[in-house]
Amino acid sequence: MKHIKTVTKNNLKDTLISGGCGECQTSCQSACKTSCTLGNQKCEKKEK
Amino acid sequence: MVHLIEFCGKYAALDVESGSVHAIDREAMRVLTFKNAGKTNKQIRNDLGEGVEEVLQEIEELEQQGLLYSDPAENLSELKFNTPVIKALCLLVAQDCNLRCSYCFAETGEYHKNRALMSFDIAKKSLDFLVKHSGNRKNLEVDFFGGEPLINFDVVKKTVEYGRELEKKHDKIFRFTLTTNAYQVTDEMAEFLNREMKNVVISIDGRKEVHDKMRRDAGNHDTYDRVVKNAHKIVDGRGDKEYYIRGTFTHENLDFGGDVVAIADEGFDQISLEPVVTAKEYAIREEDLPQLKHEYEMLARHYVKRRKDGKGYNFFHFMIDLNSGPCLNKRLRGCGAGSEYLAVAADGSLYPCHQFAGIDKFYMGSVEEGTVDAGIKQAFCDTHIFTKKGCEECWAKYYCSGGCAANAWFDSGDLKTPYRIGCEMEKKRLEAAIAIKTFSDELV
Repeated sequence: MKHIKTVTKNNLKDTLISGGCGECQTSCQSACKTSCTLGNQKCEKKEK
Repeated sequence: MVHLIEFCGKYAALDVESGSVHAIDREAMRVLTFKNAGKTNKQIRNDLGEGVEEVLQEIEELEQQGLLYSDPAENLSELKFNTPVIKALCLLVAQDCNLRCSYCFAETGEYHKNRALMSFDIAKKSLDFLVKHSGNRKNLEVDFFGGEPLINFDVVKKTVEYGRELEKKHDKIFRFTLTTNAYQVTDEMAEFLNREMKNVVISIDGRKEVHDKMRRDAGNHDTYDRVVKNAHKIVDGRGDKEYYIRGTFTHENLDFGGDVVAIADEGFDQISLEPVVTAKEYAIREEDLPQLKHEYEMLARHYVKRRKDGKGYNFFHFMIDLNSGPCLNKRLRGCGAGSEYLAVAADGSLYPCHQFAGIDKFYMGSVEEGTVDAGIKQAFCDTHIFTKKGCEECWAKYYCSGGCAANAWFDSGDLKTPYRIGCEMEKKRLEAAIAIKTFSDELV
């Protein structure tokens, strides 16, 4: 494509089925303690 | 929904529902801006001329692939969350501190009550409480917090030791973390932290003059030099274990990018700098936002340049995983305060998180009784992007889950009304993070 270059193909909807185990880190326990940021969190399943 | 980003002269498009990201040129930016305004292809051709045909075709192709203007998952707002179990505790092991930081939300440790240290008995009961309420969750988190937790170091040590016993007995894994001002750190403490803590968060605000102005000790002395020396004592011995130098910026240092750079120049490469909340005098104001947004842009460019020069560092809010990251279930639910994550005050009282500690309205029970207020828990469970005002229509919803509940409550008195200034900063940080991932070296 000339005008649009896809950088990341993603489908968040798929993670509804695969996700939800709750084993991941609580976001507030990471580094912020005052804001809720999730985009930089890791999935515990994918870490393995 | 497609969010268009213009960042340092570059353009990107985020397809909100799929999480896909595209680098786009100026022409595509124009066409997508018209599409976002609800114009049909025919109207766009009329307004912009037949030359846009190529862009329209590319957009259509991506729409068919589910990578642009994709639909939300079906019945997402009716999704029944699994009953959350408590998997994380913040232990206020010391409601007392050796510093007197001007902006401290915890009133330099008092938390609206009296200064107090947590006994080992309460800490032990806290861990028992966590195991009991954690169901099948294997990974449990405990953050030693304060005040300054290291002034109650013996209890921290014994608690970790007790946690290791519980791990074997109950087939759990405790991930301990500790947040410290690093003002008084012995060699024994540093060695212990580096052996036992999964993450250590050390508070430094950046430039010496900025830090020393806000973070003074009980005798009103400067603290920066000693803190940096102690921080190195910890960090230099951590190997590949996690740590963060975590600072606070206020209305008085809106040029906080200089503080991130100062921390990096001190030799630390894991950095988080957060806007102050709940400190009226120092709070970020509406009129500060243009400067803050500009500062995030400058910081993003510096961040990329340092990486290019081989002297890179990680900035917490610029680290975004566009390819995977957390699942949608997690993104809808947020930090889990009040449902998956609770704070335990020094006397064993339970609160939805450390920022609510000491506020009677949010008292949830105690680790001694072993019960949790179902009403408060439910109120927090019911606070998610489909119930928070304005979140469902916001492009950033899957990256912040509607923001921090405490920020919302302290700002408006309502858990479901997000802290607007915080939202604006979060959106700018996300745009910066997406731009860094998308354009990298092209930003400098």
